[in-house]
Amino acid sequence: MATLTDARGRTTAPVPELASSLATMARVIEHRALQYRRTFRASLFSSFGIPVLFLTAMGLGLGGYVDQNPDPSLAGLTYLQFLAPGVLAATVMQAGSFEAAYPILGGLQWNKIFHAMFATPIRALDIVLGNLAWVAIRLTMISVAFSIVVVAFGASRSPLLVAAIPAAVLTGLAFTAPIMAFTATQRTPDRFAAMFRFGITPLFLFSGTFYPIESLPSLLQPIAWISPLWHGVDLCRRLMLGTIDRDPLLGLIHVAVLAGITVLGVVAASRTFEARLMKG
Amino acid sequence: MSVDSASQPLIHARGLTKRFGTFTAVDAVDFDVARGEAFGFLGPNGAGKTSTMRMIGCTSPISDGELGVLGLDPRHHGPQIRARLGVVPQHDTLDNELTVRENLLIYGRYFGLTREECARRADELLDFVQLADRAGDLVEPLSGGMKRRLTIARSLINEPDLMLLDEPTTGLDPQARHLLWDRLYRLKQRGVTLVLTTHYMDEAEQLCDRLVVMDKARIVAEGSPQQLIARFSTREVAEFRFAPGIQETLDGQFEGLAERVERLPDRVLLYADDGEDVVLAARDRGLHPETVLVRRSTLEDVFLRLTGRSLIE
Repeated sequence: MATLTDARGRTTAPVPELASSLATMARVIEHRALQYRRTFRASLFSSFGIPVLFLTAMGLGLGGYVDQNPDPSLAGLTYLQFLAPGVLAATVMQAGSFEAAYPILGGLQWNKIFHAMFATPIRALDIVLGNLAWVAIRLTMISVAFSIVVVAFGASRSPLLVAAIPAAVLTGLAFTAPIMAFTATQRTPDRFAAMFRFGITPLFLFSGTFYPIESLPSLLQPIAWISPLWHGVDLCRRLMLGTIDRDPLLGLIHVAVLAGITVLGVVAASRTFEARLMKG
Repeated sequence: MSVDSASQPLIHARGLTKRFGTFTAVDAVDFDVARGEAFGFLGPNGAGKTSTMRMIGCTSPISDGELGVLGLDPRHHGPQIRARLGVVPQHDTLDNELTVRENLLIYGRYFGLTREECARRADELLDFVQLADRAGDLVEPLSGGMKRRLTIARSLINEPDLMLLDEPTTGLDPQARHLLWDRLYRLKQRGVTLVLTTHYMDEAEQLCDRLVVMDKARIVAEGSPQQLIARFSTREVAEFRFAPGIQETLDGQFEGLAERVERLPDRVLLYADDGEDVVLAARDRGLHPETVLVRRSTLEDVFLRLTGRSLIE
Protein backbone atom coordinates (compact mmCIF):
# COMPACT_ATOMS: atom_id res chain seq x y z
CA MET A 1 0.00 0.00 0.00
CA ALA A 2 1.52 3.25 -1.12
CA THR A 3 0.65 6.48 0.63
CA LEU A 4 0.49 9.52 -1.56
CA THR A 5 0.28 13.01 -0.23
CA ASP A 6 0.14 15.94 -2.57
CA ALA A 7 1.67 19.33 -1.91
CA ARG A 8 -1.39 20.70 -0.13
CA GLY A 9 -1.98 17.54 1.84
CA ARG A 10 -5.34 16.73 0.31
CA THR A 11 -4.57 13.12 -0.50
CA THR A 12 -4.25 11.92 3.03
CA ALA A 13 -5.56 8.37 2.92
CA PRO A 14 -3.44 5.37 1.99
CA VAL A 15 -4.00 4.45 -1.65
CA PRO A 16 -5.31 0.89 -1.92
CA GLU A 17 -3.83 -1.45 -4.52
CA LEU A 18 -5.94 -2.17 -7.56
CA ALA A 19 -6.62 -5.65 -8.89
CA SER A 20 -4.62 -6.55 -12.01
CA SER A 21 -6.13 -6.18 -15.46
CA LEU A 22 -6.11 -9.95 -15.76
CA ALA A 23 -8.22 -10.34 -12.60
CA THR A 24 -10.74 -7.72 -13.71
CA MET A 25 -10.93 -9.28 -17.19
CA ALA A 26 -11.80 -12.58 -15.52
CA ARG A 27 -14.70 -10.86 -13.72
CA VAL A 28 -16.10 -9.55 -17.02
CA ILE A 29 -15.79 -13.03 -18.53
CA GLU A 30 -17.61 -14.51 -15.52
CA HIS A 31 -20.39 -11.93 -15.98
CA ARG A 32 -20.76 -12.56 -19.70
CA ALA A 33 -20.70 -16.33 -19.17
CA LEU A 34 -23.51 -16.05 -16.62
CA GLN A 35 -25.59 -14.07 -19.14
CA TYR A 36 -24.72 -16.57 -21.86
CA ARG A 37 -26.06 -19.57 -19.93
CA ARG A 38 -29.60 -18.49 -20.80
CA THR A 39 -29.02 -18.41 -24.56
CA PHE A 40 -26.58 -21.30 -24.69
CA ARG A 41 -28.86 -23.82 -26.40
CA ALA A 42 -29.96 -21.55 -29.22
CA SER A 43 -26.41 -20.41 -29.82
CA LEU A 44 -25.02 -23.96 -29.84
CA PHE A 45 -27.62 -24.90 -32.41
CA SER A 46 -26.58 -22.09 -34.74
CA SER A 47 -22.87 -22.81 -34.17
CA PHE A 48 -23.35 -26.23 -35.76
CA GLY A 49 -26.25 -25.30 -38.02
CA ILE A 50 -24.54 -22.54 -40.01
CA PRO A 51 -21.54 -24.62 -41.13
CA VAL A 52 -23.79 -27.57 -41.96
CA LEU A 53 -25.97 -25.31 -44.13
CA PHE A 54 -23.02 -23.67 -45.89
CA LEU A 55 -21.02 -26.81 -46.47
CA THR A 56 -24.10 -28.66 -47.74
CA ALA A 57 -25.36 -25.95 -50.09
CA MET A 58 -22.05 -24.52 -51.30
CA GLY A 59 -19.65 -27.36 -50.64
CA LEU A 60 -21.74 -30.30 -51.80
CA GLY A 61 -24.27 -28.55 -54.06
CA LEU A 62 -22.10 -25.97 -55.83
CA GLY A 63 -19.03 -28.16 -55.25
CA GLY A 64 -20.60 -31.10 -57.06
CA TYR A 65 -21.08 -28.81 -60.05
CA VAL A 66 -17.58 -27.27 -59.90
CA ASP A 67 -15.85 -30.60 -59.43
CA GLN A 68 -17.24 -31.91 -62.75
CA ASN A 69 -14.64 -29.70 -64.46
CA PRO A 70 -11.99 -29.13 -61.80
CA ASP A 71 -10.07 -25.87 -62.18
CA PRO A 72 -6.27 -26.24 -62.11
CA SER A 73 -6.10 -23.58 -59.38
CA LEU A 74 -7.82 -26.03 -57.04
CA ALA A 75 -4.66 -28.16 -57.33
CA GLY A 76 -6.41 -31.44 -56.89
CA LEU A 77 -8.66 -30.30 -54.02
CA THR A 78 -12.38 -30.83 -54.00
CA TYR A 79 -14.33 -27.56 -53.93
CA LEU A 80 -15.61 -28.50 -50.46
CA GLN A 81 -12.02 -28.74 -49.18
CA PHE A 82 -11.21 -25.37 -50.73
CA LEU A 83 -14.36 -23.72 -49.42
CA ALA A 84 -14.43 -24.95 -45.80
CA PRO A 85 -11.57 -22.79 -44.40
CA GLY A 86 -12.91 -19.73 -46.22
CA VAL A 87 -16.37 -20.10 -44.75
CA LEU A 88 -14.81 -20.75 -41.32
CA ALA A 89 -12.98 -17.41 -41.41
CA ALA A 90 -16.00 -15.60 -42.83
CA THR A 91 -18.40 -17.06 -40.26
CA VAL A 92 -16.12 -16.07 -37.40
CA MET A 93 -15.77 -12.57 -38.92
CA GLN A 94 -19.54 -12.17 -38.91
CA ALA A 95 -19.91 -13.48 -35.37
CA GLY A 96 -17.06 -11.26 -34.15
CA SER A 97 -18.60 -8.21 -35.83
CA PHE A 98 -22.05 -8.89 -34.42
CA GLU A 99 -20.66 -9.38 -30.89
CA ALA A 100 -18.90 -6.03 -31.14
CA ALA A 101 -22.06 -4.23 -32.22
CA TYR A 102 -25.36 -5.05 -30.53
CA PRO A 103 -24.28 -6.53 -27.16
CA ILE A 104 -21.75 -3.71 -26.67
CA LEU A 105 -24.25 -0.98 -27.56
CA GLY A 106 -26.65 -2.69 -25.15
CA GLY A 107 -24.19 -2.42 -22.28
CA LEU A 108 -23.45 1.23 -23.04
CA GLN A 109 -26.87 2.48 -24.05
CA TRP A 110 -29.79 0.12 -23.39
CA ASN A 111 -29.37 -1.58 -20.04
CA LYS A 112 -26.25 0.50 -19.28
CA ILE A 113 -24.54 -2.32 -17.38
CA PHE A 114 -21.13 -1.03 -18.47
CA HIS A 115 -21.96 2.19 -16.62
CA ALA A 116 -22.86 0.11 -13.57
CA MET A 117 -19.57 -1.76 -13.91
CA PHE A 118 -17.73 1.54 -14.19
CA ALA A 119 -18.99 2.47 -10.70
CA THR A 120 -16.70 -0.30 -9.38
CA PRO A 121 -12.87 -0.24 -9.38
CA ILE A 122 -12.77 -1.45 -13.00
CA ARG A 123 -11.05 0.68 -15.67
CA ALA A 124 -12.42 1.37 -19.15
CA LEU A 125 -9.56 -0.61 -20.72
CA ASP A 126 -10.46 -3.63 -18.56
CA ILE A 127 -14.07 -3.48 -19.75
CA VAL A 128 -12.76 -3.53 -23.34
CA LEU A 129 -10.28 -6.35 -22.71
CA GLY A 130 -12.77 -8.40 -20.70
CA ASN A 131 -15.38 -8.20 -23.42
CA LEU A 132 -12.79 -8.94 -26.09
CA ALA A 133 -11.67 -12.01 -24.13
CA TRP A 134 -15.27 -13.15 -23.83
CA VAL A 135 -15.78 -12.73 -27.59
CA ALA A 136 -12.57 -14.74 -28.13
CA ILE A 137 -14.10 -17.56 -26.08
CA ARG A 138 -17.33 -17.41 -28.07
CA LEU A 139 -15.42 -17.40 -31.37
CA THR A 140 -13.37 -20.37 -30.20
CA MET A 141 -16.58 -22.28 -29.49
CA ILE A 142 -17.91 -21.39 -32.96
CA SER A 143 -14.62 -22.40 -34.62
CA VAL A 144 -14.45 -25.70 -32.77
CA ALA A 145 -18.03 -26.53 -33.77
CA PHE A 146 -17.21 -25.56 -37.34
CA SER A 147 -14.12 -27.75 -37.38
CA ILE A 148 -16.09 -30.73 -36.10
CA VAL A 149 -18.54 -30.26 -38.98
CA VAL A 150 -15.64 -30.00 -41.47
CA VAL A 151 -14.23 -33.30 -40.23
CA ALA A 152 -17.68 -34.88 -40.34
CA PHE A 153 -18.02 -33.77 -43.98
CA GLY A 154 -14.68 -35.44 -44.72
CA ALA A 155 -13.23 -32.12 -45.85
CA SER A 156 -10.15 -31.97 -43.61
CA ARG A 157 -6.77 -32.72 -45.11
CA SER A 158 -4.30 -32.01 -42.31
CA PRO A 159 -4.04 -32.18 -38.51
CA LEU A 160 -3.13 -28.48 -38.81
CA LEU A 161 -6.90 -28.05 -38.92
CA VAL A 162 -6.52 -27.56 -35.18
CA ALA A 163 -4.23 -24.56 -35.80
CA ALA A 164 -6.88 -23.01 -38.04
CA ILE A 165 -9.05 -22.53 -34.93
CA PRO A 166 -6.87 -19.83 -33.29
CA ALA A 167 -6.26 -18.34 -36.75
CA ALA A 168 -10.01 -18.00 -37.25
CA VAL A 169 -10.44 -16.51 -33.76
CA LEU A 170 -7.74 -13.94 -34.50
CA THR A 171 -9.54 -13.10 -37.76
CA GLY A 172 -12.73 -12.49 -35.79
CA LEU A 173 -10.99 -10.33 -33.17
CA ALA A 174 -9.50 -8.17 -35.92
CA PHE A 175 -13.12 -7.18 -36.58
CA THR A 176 -14.37 -7.20 -32.99
CA ALA A 177 -11.81 -4.74 -31.60
CA PRO A 178 -12.18 -1.89 -34.14
CA ILE A 179 -15.97 -2.32 -34.34
CA MET A 180 -16.18 -2.13 -30.53
CA ALA A 181 -14.28 1.16 -30.75
CA PHE A 182 -16.86 2.39 -33.28
CA THR A 183 -19.83 1.09 -31.27
CA ALA A 184 -18.77 3.14 -28.23
CA THR A 185 -19.28 6.29 -30.33
CA GLN A 186 -22.86 5.35 -31.26
CA ARG A 187 -26.12 5.91 -29.39
CA THR A 188 -28.41 3.99 -31.74
CA PRO A 189 -27.89 0.86 -33.86
CA ASP A 190 -28.79 2.81 -37.03
CA ARG A 191 -25.31 2.65 -38.53
CA PHE A 192 -24.80 -1.05 -37.87
CA ALA A 193 -27.02 -2.04 -40.80
CA ALA A 194 -24.90 0.07 -43.16
CA MET A 195 -21.72 -1.34 -41.64
CA PHE A 196 -22.85 -4.89 -42.34
CA ARG A 197 -24.28 -4.07 -45.76
CA PHE A 198 -21.39 -1.98 -47.11
CA GLY A 199 -18.53 -3.40 -45.03
CA ILE A 200 -18.94 -6.94 -43.88
CA THR A 201 -20.97 -8.37 -46.78
CA PRO A 202 -18.64 -7.12 -49.58
CA LEU A 203 -15.65 -8.48 -47.64
CA PHE A 204 -17.48 -11.79 -47.35
CA LEU A 205 -17.89 -11.86 -51.15
CA PHE A 206 -14.51 -10.51 -52.32
CA SER A 207 -11.97 -11.97 -49.90
CA GLY A 208 -11.31 -15.35 -51.44
CA THR A 209 -13.95 -17.12 -49.39
CA PHE A 210 -15.65 -18.83 -52.34
CA TYR A 211 -12.97 -18.67 -55.05
CA PRO A 212 -9.25 -17.84 -55.31
CA ILE A 213 -8.77 -14.09 -55.58
CA GLU A 214 -6.77 -14.73 -58.76
CA SER A 215 -10.12 -15.42 -60.44
CA LEU A 216 -11.11 -11.76 -59.95
CA PRO A 217 -10.27 -9.19 -62.66
CA SER A 218 -6.70 -8.07 -61.90
CA LEU A 219 -7.96 -4.55 -61.14
CA LEU A 220 -10.01 -5.88 -58.19
CA GLN A 221 -7.35 -8.18 -56.77
CA PRO A 222 -5.67 -5.53 -54.57
CA ILE A 223 -8.95 -5.32 -52.64
CA ALA A 224 -8.07 -8.68 -51.15
CA TRP A 225 -4.78 -7.38 -49.76
CA ILE A 226 -6.47 -4.58 -47.84
CA SER A 227 -9.26 -6.89 -46.67
CA PRO A 228 -8.56 -8.27 -43.19
CA LEU A 229 -10.82 -11.15 -44.06
CA TRP A 230 -8.61 -12.20 -46.98
CA HIS A 231 -5.64 -12.47 -44.62
CA GLY A 232 -7.78 -14.60 -42.32
CA VAL A 233 -9.20 -16.76 -45.12
CA ASP A 234 -5.79 -17.39 -46.66
CA LEU A 235 -4.23 -18.17 -43.27
CA CYS A 236 -7.02 -20.57 -42.30
CA ARG A 237 -6.90 -22.21 -45.74
CA ARG A 238 -3.12 -22.77 -45.64
CA LEU A 239 -3.43 -24.24 -42.15
CA MET A 240 -6.45 -26.40 -42.81
CA LEU A 241 -5.02 -27.77 -46.05
CA GLY A 242 -1.54 -28.21 -44.57
CA THR A 243 0.14 -25.90 -47.11
CA ILE A 244 1.38 -23.24 -44.68
CA ASP A 245 5.00 -24.48 -45.03
CA ARG A 246 5.03 -23.54 -48.72
CA ASP A 247 5.17 -19.84 -47.84
CA PRO A 248 5.72 -19.38 -44.09
CA LEU A 249 6.53 -15.68 -44.53
CA LEU A 250 3.08 -15.02 -46.00
CA GLY A 251 1.59 -16.86 -43.02
CA LEU A 252 3.49 -14.56 -40.68
CA ILE A 253 2.34 -11.48 -42.61
CA HIS A 254 -1.26 -12.65 -42.22
CA VAL A 255 -0.84 -13.09 -38.46
CA ALA A 256 0.92 -9.72 -38.14
CA VAL A 257 -1.80 -7.89 -40.08
CA LEU A 258 -4.62 -9.45 -38.06
CA ALA A 259 -2.86 -8.99 -34.71
CA GLY A 260 -1.92 -5.41 -35.65
CA ILE A 261 -5.53 -4.49 -36.47
CA THR A 262 -6.68 -6.09 -33.21
CA VAL A 263 -4.17 -4.13 -31.11
CA LEU A 264 -5.01 -0.86 -32.84
CA GLY A 265 -8.70 -1.65 -32.30
CA VAL A 266 -8.14 -2.22 -28.58
CA VAL A 267 -6.24 1.08 -28.23
CA ALA A 268 -9.03 2.92 -30.05
CA ALA A 269 -11.75 1.13 -28.06
CA SER A 270 -10.14 1.91 -24.71
CA ARG A 271 -10.29 5.58 -25.71
CA THR A 272 -13.85 5.59 -27.01
CA PHE A 273 -15.05 3.57 -23.98
CA GLU A 274 -13.29 5.94 -21.59
CA ALA A 275 -14.84 8.92 -23.39
CA ARG A 276 -18.27 7.32 -23.21
CA LEU A 277 -18.13 6.14 -19.58
CA MET A 278 -16.38 9.26 -18.21
CA LYS A 279 -18.87 12.05 -18.79
CA GLY A 280 -16.62 14.83 -20.12
CA MET B 1 -8.28 1.98 4.14
CA SER B 2 -10.51 4.22 6.19
CA VAL B 3 -9.74 7.87 6.55
CA ASP B 4 -7.47 8.14 9.56
CA SER B 5 -8.86 11.05 11.54
CA ALA B 6 -12.54 11.44 12.40
CA SER B 7 -12.34 15.17 11.76
CA GLN B 8 -11.31 14.58 8.14
CA PRO B 9 -14.33 15.07 5.85
CA LEU B 10 -15.24 12.17 3.55
CA ILE B 11 -15.88 14.68 0.79
CA HIS B 12 -14.12 17.99 0.56
CA ALA B 13 -14.96 20.38 -2.29
CA ARG B 14 -13.68 23.92 -2.85
CA GLY B 15 -14.49 25.90 -5.96
CA LEU B 16 -15.64 22.66 -7.57
CA THR B 17 -16.62 23.38 -11.15
CA LYS B 18 -17.96 21.36 -14.06
CA ARG B 19 -18.11 22.77 -17.55
CA PHE B 20 -19.45 21.14 -20.71
CA GLY B 21 -18.02 23.29 -23.48
CA THR B 22 -19.21 26.80 -22.73
CA PHE B 23 -22.00 25.62 -20.42
CA THR B 24 -21.22 25.65 -16.70
CA ALA B 25 -23.14 22.86 -14.97
CA VAL B 26 -21.53 23.34 -11.55
CA ASP B 27 -20.14 26.76 -10.72
CA ALA B 28 -17.45 26.87 -8.02
CA VAL B 29 -19.30 25.13 -5.18
CA ASP B 30 -17.84 24.55 -1.70
CA PHE B 31 -19.03 21.83 0.67
CA ASP B 32 -17.80 19.18 3.08
CA VAL B 33 -19.45 15.91 4.07
CA ALA B 34 -18.49 14.34 7.40
CA ARG B 35 -18.45 10.63 8.19
CA GLY B 36 -21.85 9.31 9.29
CA GLU B 37 -23.74 12.30 7.90
CA ALA B 38 -26.77 12.22 5.64
CA PHE B 39 -26.09 15.08 3.26
CA GLY B 40 -28.40 16.31 0.54
CA PHE B 41 -28.30 18.37 -2.61
CA LEU B 42 -31.75 19.91 -3.00
CA GLY B 43 -32.63 21.69 -6.18
CA PRO B 44 -34.73 21.62 -9.35
CA ASN B 45 -33.79 19.60 -12.43
CA GLY B 46 -30.78 21.14 -14.16
CA ALA B 47 -29.38 22.73 -10.99
CA GLY B 48 -26.12 20.76 -11.30
CA LYS B 49 -26.85 18.06 -8.72
CA THR B 50 -26.17 15.05 -10.95
CA SER B 51 -22.99 16.58 -12.38
CA THR B 52 -21.75 17.10 -8.82
CA MET B 53 -22.60 13.50 -7.92
CA ARG B 54 -20.78 12.18 -11.00
CA MET B 55 -17.65 14.09 -10.07
CA ILE B 56 -17.79 12.66 -6.54
CA GLY B 57 -18.40 9.21 -8.04
CA CYS B 58 -15.29 9.59 -10.23
CA THR B 59 -17.23 9.04 -13.45
CA SER B 60 -16.87 12.62 -14.63
CA PRO B 61 -13.64 14.62 -14.53
CA ILE B 62 -13.69 17.89 -12.59
CA SER B 63 -13.16 21.00 -14.71
CA ASP B 64 -11.77 23.21 -11.98
CA GLY B 65 -11.37 23.55 -8.24
CA GLU B 66 -10.53 20.99 -5.59
CA LEU B 67 -12.24 17.72 -4.79
CA GLY B 68 -11.17 15.10 -2.28
CA VAL B 69 -13.21 11.93 -1.78
CA LEU B 70 -12.31 9.55 1.07
CA GLY B 71 -9.05 11.46 1.35
CA LEU B 72 -8.08 10.67 -2.26
CA ASP B 73 -7.96 12.74 -5.42
CA PRO B 74 -10.47 11.61 -8.09
CA ARG B 75 -8.14 12.81 -10.84
CA HIS B 76 -5.54 10.20 -9.90
CA HIS B 77 -7.35 7.51 -7.92
CA GLY B 78 -10.79 7.15 -9.50
CA PRO B 79 -10.85 3.33 -9.41
CA GLN B 80 -9.53 3.26 -5.83
CA ILE B 81 -12.23 5.70 -4.69
CA ARG B 82 -14.95 3.82 -6.58
CA ALA B 83 -13.91 0.67 -4.74
CA ARG B 84 -15.19 2.27 -1.51
CA LEU B 85 -18.38 3.90 -2.89
CA GLY B 86 -21.91 2.60 -3.22
CA VAL B 87 -23.60 4.28 -6.18
CA VAL B 88 -27.34 4.41 -6.87
CA PRO B 89 -27.63 6.14 -10.25
CA GLN B 90 -30.63 8.17 -11.31
CA HIS B 91 -31.66 5.58 -13.91
CA ASP B 92 -31.54 1.87 -13.18
CA THR B 93 -28.53 0.07 -14.63
CA LEU B 94 -29.49 -3.45 -13.59
CA ASP B 95 -28.63 -6.45 -15.74
CA ASN B 96 -31.96 -7.60 -17.17
CA GLU B 97 -30.44 -10.83 -18.43
CA LEU B 98 -29.69 -11.97 -14.88
CA THR B 99 -31.82 -12.83 -11.88
CA VAL B 100 -32.22 -10.55 -8.87
CA ARG B 101 -29.68 -12.52 -6.84
CA GLU B 102 -27.23 -12.92 -9.74
CA ASN B 103 -27.20 -9.15 -10.14
CA LEU B 104 -25.78 -8.90 -6.62
CA LEU B 105 -23.39 -11.84 -6.97
CA ILE B 106 -21.79 -10.63 -10.16
CA TYR B 107 -21.55 -7.03 -8.94
CA GLY B 108 -19.73 -8.12 -5.81
CA ARG B 109 -17.19 -9.90 -7.99
CA TYR B 110 -16.25 -6.58 -9.61
CA PHE B 111 -15.17 -5.41 -6.16
CA GLY B 112 -12.91 -8.44 -5.86
CA LEU B 113 -15.06 -10.30 -3.32
CA THR B 114 -14.94 -14.11 -3.25
CA ARG B 115 -17.98 -16.02 -4.49
CA GLU B 116 -18.73 -17.17 -0.93
CA GLU B 117 -18.61 -13.61 0.38
CA CYS B 118 -20.81 -12.39 -2.49
CA ALA B 119 -23.36 -15.13 -1.73
CA ARG B 120 -23.43 -14.35 1.99
CA ARG B 121 -23.84 -10.60 1.45
CA ALA B 122 -26.36 -11.06 -1.37
CA ASP B 123 -28.67 -13.07 0.89
CA GLU B 124 -28.34 -10.55 3.73
CA LEU B 125 -29.01 -7.63 1.40
CA LEU B 126 -32.00 -9.27 -0.27
CA ASP B 127 -33.51 -9.65 3.21
CA PHE B 128 -32.69 -6.04 4.00
CA VAL B 129 -34.41 -4.67 0.88
CA GLN B 130 -37.26 -7.18 1.23
CA LEU B 131 -36.63 -8.95 -2.05
CA ALA B 132 -35.62 -12.38 -0.72
CA ASP B 133 -38.76 -13.96 -2.20
CA ARG B 134 -37.82 -12.62 -5.66
CA ALA B 135 -34.18 -13.79 -5.53
CA GLY B 136 -34.51 -16.25 -8.41
CA ASP B 137 -36.67 -14.05 -10.66
CA LEU B 138 -35.41 -12.11 -13.62
CA VAL B 139 -35.12 -8.35 -13.08
CA GLU B 140 -37.35 -7.20 -15.93
CA PRO B 141 -40.82 -7.94 -14.46
CA LEU B 142 -40.01 -6.18 -11.14
CA SER B 143 -41.83 -2.95 -10.28
CA GLY B 144 -39.99 0.36 -10.31
CA GLY B 145 -39.77 0.38 -6.52
CA MET B 146 -38.36 -3.15 -6.42
CA LYS B 147 -35.74 -2.26 -9.00
CA ARG B 148 -34.69 0.75 -6.93
CA ARG B 149 -34.41 -1.44 -3.83
CA LEU B 150 -32.34 -3.95 -5.78
CA THR B 151 -30.10 -1.13 -6.99
CA ILE B 152 -29.66 -0.02 -3.37
CA ALA B 153 -28.81 -3.59 -2.35
CA ARG B 154 -26.32 -3.77 -5.21
CA SER B 155 -24.67 -0.53 -4.12
CA LEU B 156 -24.19 -1.98 -0.62
CA ILE B 157 -22.49 -5.21 -1.73
CA ASN B 158 -19.00 -3.77 -1.10
CA GLU B 159 -19.99 -2.34 2.33
CA PRO B 160 -19.22 1.18 1.10
CA ASP B 161 -17.80 4.01 3.24
CA LEU B 162 -19.99 6.41 1.32
CA MET B 163 -23.29 5.97 -0.53
CA LEU B 164 -24.20 8.24 -3.43
CA LEU B 165 -27.91 8.29 -4.27
CA ASP B 166 -28.98 10.34 -7.29
CA GLU B 167 -32.72 11.05 -7.09
CA PRO B 168 -33.41 7.75 -5.33
CA THR B 169 -37.22 7.95 -5.39
CA THR B 170 -37.96 9.92 -8.56
CA GLY B 171 -40.75 8.25 -10.50
CA LEU B 172 -41.93 6.00 -7.65
CA ASP B 173 -45.41 5.91 -6.18
CA PRO B 174 -45.85 7.18 -2.59
CA GLN B 175 -45.93 3.72 -1.02
CA ALA B 176 -42.73 2.64 -2.76
CA ARG B 177 -41.08 5.92 -1.75
CA HIS B 178 -41.92 5.43 1.91
CA LEU B 179 -40.57 1.87 1.85
CA LEU B 180 -37.35 3.15 0.29
CA TRP B 181 -37.04 6.00 2.79
CA ASP B 182 -37.46 3.51 5.60
CA ARG B 183 -34.56 1.41 4.27
CA LEU B 184 -32.37 4.48 3.78
CA TYR B 185 -33.24 5.67 7.28
CA ARG B 186 -32.08 2.32 8.67
CA LEU B 187 -28.79 2.66 6.79
CA LYS B 188 -28.39 6.11 8.30
CA GLN B 189 -29.04 4.66 11.77
CA ARG B 190 -26.27 2.14 11.14
CA GLY B 191 -23.87 5.01 10.52
CA VAL B 192 -23.60 4.73 6.72
CA THR B 193 -22.71 8.10 5.20
CA LEU B 194 -25.38 9.06 2.67
CA VAL B 195 -25.11 11.71 0.01
CA LEU B 196 -28.27 12.18 -2.00
CA THR B 197 -29.75 14.51 -4.54
CA THR B 198 -33.45 15.22 -4.69
CA HIS B 199 -35.97 17.70 -5.91
CA TYR B 200 -38.47 16.53 -3.30
CA MET B 201 -38.39 18.71 -0.23
CA ASP B 202 -40.11 16.04 1.86
CA GLU B 203 -37.37 13.58 0.95
CA ALA B 204 -34.70 16.08 1.94
CA GLU B 205 -36.50 16.84 5.24
CA GLN B 206 -36.94 13.16 6.10
CA LEU B 207 -33.46 11.96 5.31
CA CYS B 208 -30.93 14.78 5.46
CA ASP B 209 -29.07 15.93 8.55
CA ARG B 210 -27.69 18.75 6.47
CA LEU B 211 -28.20 19.94 2.95
CA VAL B 212 -27.27 22.51 0.40
CA VAL B 213 -29.83 24.18 -1.81
CA MET B 214 -28.62 24.31 -5.43
CA ASP B 215 -29.94 26.54 -8.13
CA LYS B 216 -28.46 27.35 -11.54
CA ALA B 217 -25.16 25.57 -10.88
CA ARG B 218 -24.54 27.33 -7.55
CA ILE B 219 -25.12 26.60 -3.88
CA VAL B 220 -27.50 29.24 -2.56
CA ALA B 221 -27.84 28.08 1.07
CA GLU B 222 -26.54 25.44 3.45
CA GLY B 223 -27.71 24.05 6.78
CA SER B 224 -29.97 21.51 8.47
CA PRO B 225 -33.59 21.50 7.27
CA GLN B 226 -34.67 23.20 10.54
CA GLN B 227 -31.93 25.82 10.31
CA LEU B 228 -32.80 26.64 6.71
CA ILE B 229 -36.49 26.99 7.52
CA ALA B 230 -35.73 29.15 10.55
CA ARG B 231 -33.36 31.35 8.57
CA PHE B 232 -35.28 31.76 5.33
CA SER B 233 -38.92 31.31 6.26
CA THR B 234 -41.39 31.82 9.08
CA ARG B 235 -42.75 29.12 11.37
CA GLU B 236 -46.09 28.92 9.55
CA VAL B 237 -47.63 29.69 6.19
CA ALA B 238 -51.21 30.51 5.31
CA GLU B 239 -52.12 29.47 1.76
CA PHE B 240 -55.09 31.29 0.20
CA ARG B 241 -56.73 30.08 -2.97
CA PHE B 242 -59.28 32.31 -4.66
CA ALA B 243 -61.93 31.65 -7.27
CA PRO B 244 -60.52 32.03 -10.81
CA GLY B 245 -59.90 35.66 -11.76
CA ILE B 246 -60.24 37.03 -8.22
CA GLN B 247 -56.59 36.90 -7.16
CA GLU B 248 -55.55 39.36 -9.89
CA THR B 249 -57.99 41.96 -8.57
CA LEU B 250 -56.56 41.94 -5.07
CA ASP B 251 -53.47 44.11 -5.65
CA GLY B 252 -52.13 45.53 -2.41
CA GLN B 253 -54.80 43.83 -0.30
CA PHE B 254 -52.27 41.61 1.46
CA GLU B 255 -49.88 44.32 2.58
CA GLY B 256 -49.14 44.19 6.30
CA LEU B 257 -51.01 40.94 6.85
CA ALA B 258 -47.87 38.81 7.06
CA GLU B 259 -44.10 39.09 7.29
CA ARG B 260 -43.81 38.16 3.65
CA VAL B 261 -46.23 37.52 0.81
CA GLU B 262 -45.58 35.28 -2.20
CA ARG B 263 -48.02 35.36 -5.09
CA LEU B 264 -48.02 32.16 -7.12
CA PRO B 265 -50.18 31.80 -10.22
CA ASP B 266 -52.73 29.65 -8.37
CA ARG B 267 -52.47 30.84 -4.75
CA VAL B 268 -51.07 33.42 -2.35
CA LEU B 269 -48.67 32.39 0.40
CA LEU B 270 -48.61 34.48 3.57
CA TYR B 271 -45.63 33.86 5.84
CA ALA B 272 -46.05 34.46 9.57
CA ASP B 273 -45.21 32.81 12.86
CA ASP B 274 -48.90 32.26 13.55
CA GLY B 275 -50.90 31.38 10.44
CA GLU B 276 -54.29 31.51 12.18
CA ASP B 277 -53.73 35.16 13.07
CA VAL B 278 -53.19 35.91 9.40
CA VAL B 279 -56.41 34.13 8.47
CA LEU B 280 -58.39 36.15 11.02
CA ALA B 281 -56.79 39.41 9.94
CA ALA B 282 -57.59 38.63 6.31
CA ARG B 283 -61.27 38.01 7.18
CA ASP B 284 -61.36 41.39 8.94
CA ARG B 285 -60.14 42.99 5.70
CA GLY B 286 -62.97 41.32 3.82
CA LEU B 287 -60.87 38.82 1.91
CA HIS B 288 -62.76 35.64 1.07
CA PRO B 289 -60.52 32.91 -0.28
CA GLU B 290 -62.16 29.73 -1.58
CA THR B 291 -59.81 27.57 0.50
CA VAL B 292 -57.45 28.35 3.33
CA LEU B 293 -54.62 26.11 4.50
CA VAL B 294 -52.39 26.86 7.45
CA ARG B 295 -49.27 24.72 7.59
CA ARG B 296 -45.70 24.64 8.82
CA SER B 297 -43.00 26.09 6.60
CA THR B 298 -41.07 23.53 4.55
CA LEU B 299 -37.96 23.50 2.43
CA GLU B 300 -40.21 24.27 -0.51
CA ASP B 301 -40.79 27.68 1.07
CA VAL B 302 -37.07 28.09 1.61
CA PHE B 303 -36.46 27.37 -2.04
CA LEU B 304 -39.17 29.78 -3.12
CA ARG B 305 -37.67 32.48 -0.93
CA LEU B 306 -34.16 31.89 -2.24
CA THR B 307 -34.93 31.60 -5.94
CA GLY B 308 -38.41 33.01 -6.46
CA ARG B 309 -39.41 29.72 -8.06
CA SER B 310 -40.94 26.38 -7.04
CA LEU B 311 -38.83 23.24 -6.84
CA ILE B 312 -41.04 21.24 -9.17
CA GLU B 313 -42.34 23.36 -12.01
